Amino acid sequence: MNTFTICNKELQSYFRSPIAYTVLALWALIGGFFFYFGLSFFVQRSMESAMMGQSMPMDINEWIVRPLLSNVNVVALFLIPMITMRLFAEEKRSGTIELLMTSPIHDIEIVLGKWLAAVSLYFIMLLISVLHMAILFRYGQPDWKPLAVGYLGLLLQGACLLAIGTFVSTCTSNQIVAGALGFAISLLLFVLNWVSEFGSSVTDKVIGYFSVQQHFESFSKGVLDSKDIIFYVTMIILGLFLTSRSLESVRWRA
Amino acid sequence: MIKVEGLTKRYARNIAVDNISFEVEKGQVVGFLGPNGAGKTTTMRVLTCFMPPTSGTASVAGFDVQENPMEVKRRIGYLPETPPLYPDMEVVEYLDFVGRIKGINTADLPKRISDVTEKCAIGDVQKKLIGKLSKGYRQRVGLAQAILHNPDVLILDEPTSGLDPHQIIETRDLIKGLAGDHTIILSTHILPEVEQICEKVIIIAKGKVVATDSVENLTSRLRGSETVSVEVIAADNSGVQSRLEQVAGVSRVIYKESRDGRLHFTVESLEGRHIRPGLARAVIEAGWNLNELHGMALSLEEIFLELTASHKEPVTAALQEVVKEDIAQAKAEDESK
Repeated sequence: MNTFTICNKELQSYFRSPIAYTVLALWALIGGFFFYFGLSFFVQRSMESAMMGQSMPMDINEWIVRPLLSNVNVVALFLIPMITMRLFAEEKRSGTIELLMTSPIHDIEIVLGKWLAAVSLYFIMLLISVLHMAILFRYGQPDWKPLAVGYLGLLLQGACLLAIGTFVSTCTSNQIVAGALGFAISLLLFVLNWVSEFGSSVTDKVIGYFSVQQHFESFSKGVLDSKDIIFYVTMIILGLFLTSRSLESVRWRA
Repeated sequence: MIKVEGLTKRYARNIAVDNISFEVEKGQVVGFLGPNGAGKTTTMRVLTCFMPPTSGTASVAGFDVQENPMEVKRRIGYLPETPPLYPDMEVVEYLDFVGRIKGINTADLPKRISDVTEKCAIGDVQKKLIGKLSKGYRQRVGLAQAILHNPDVLILDEPTSGLDPHQIIETRDLIKGLAGDHTIILSTHILPEVEQICEKVIIIAKGKVVATDSVENLTSRLRGSETVSVEVIAADNSGVQSRLEQVAGVSRVIYKESRDGRLHFTVESLEGRHIRPGLARAVIEAGWNLNELHGMALSLEEIFLELTASHKEPVTAALQEVVKEDIAQAKAEDESK
């Protein structure tokens, strides 16, 4: 109940400030750009292959959906710190954290509420890009199942980076610092699989395993692997756990 | 109602609150008096369960702040030094949010909100964004937030700081109006404020309680006697000193220094005597020139020394002006920050 109250307040404040509109507009603009050129490229290629007399139509999932999901995934990486950076930093700066922490609610309810609000805004972002997919369904016959899996992957990966961003936001009262730090950590987590691409020792593999991108790959192929779901869920729990511990340390340091 | 025993709060490098103990009865209005950095805010933060004490215990209505924080939080209304407001919310939305997290029944909430908007006189701004409100209104919204769930105990951290004189009077009246139903602790560094609102005073300096007393006792101590600085142009200092000592009501004359023939004395009065007219007349009638005559300024720090030292030490009646000056200065510093 309290979690819902906090979530509701946080979501409303996203839409009272320019943050929600900026994030959604940037997302629609850049996502639209990728979709338009992905589609143009596909149309051109399929016309060429038709002229060369290939009877099999090209796979929309293979040629549009998969690259689009990967591109969209990178765009999300840039926008996620913008969503999380103010969550706790702003409350700490303005002193409203004192109101929350002296009210009869548990710290974990504050953490969950704020994270859920961030996930909700991210979910609204994803809904905008679903419009692009709706165009594909209007003019073609993509398979909806791998598409749904891909979106689940986007949502899980986003929720995981949002949890980490929320944690970073508790560490400072400066939004810019929270945003920059959140972005740096997200980016590192994103490209950690390079380590395992160049090296093959156990350490490299373990480090590479923490790459959020590596676990997204199977989702973008439409493969639902419990290993990857468990990875994301574990990272989410870790992020939220760190957030609540960090929030508790605010009490000790104040 | 509130019981604090051996409370200590230590930060990394310094001790903010050092082994303080006090008790507050139900329904009492207690003033927490001390200079900036004395440990007032820290003590309040411990009482409101915002931060745990390093050692010692504090309890509210029989519930320990560390063992039963939820029960304590339900019984406490807290107004921090800067009111905890969300500038992008309307006043009514804000109070609705606060009511929910304070655990007020959603059915009772509209009535509670209309009650406090009336009590705090914020009805005419209830549809405005908090960010657009003046300082005085923000303070009142902060106060409305603190009393929204009708708590047994109200903790107000410098409720009148940064307000203009008119708003200060309004806020004081508001707090006085709340006094009957709630136990109130308010912190301040303004002496007249304590005098007007509080029944009991806890004076705290450098993390320690230096005095706990009723307001009557405190004010009679502070108003006891007068110290006056006198500057006279005359040739011979011992002559002036002995003449000044003869003025009615003078207990002691101390010769300070002479510069270019101007002699500087500090004169202390007996308890309850006004000596300045007498001093002026004495100097003029003796044919000397009176260059300067004014009540001595005592800093807030010195008042604390007075209070902790023996009762005989005089404190001037100009004290209150001095304190006001200190406050104005502190405010100017705050604003320039």
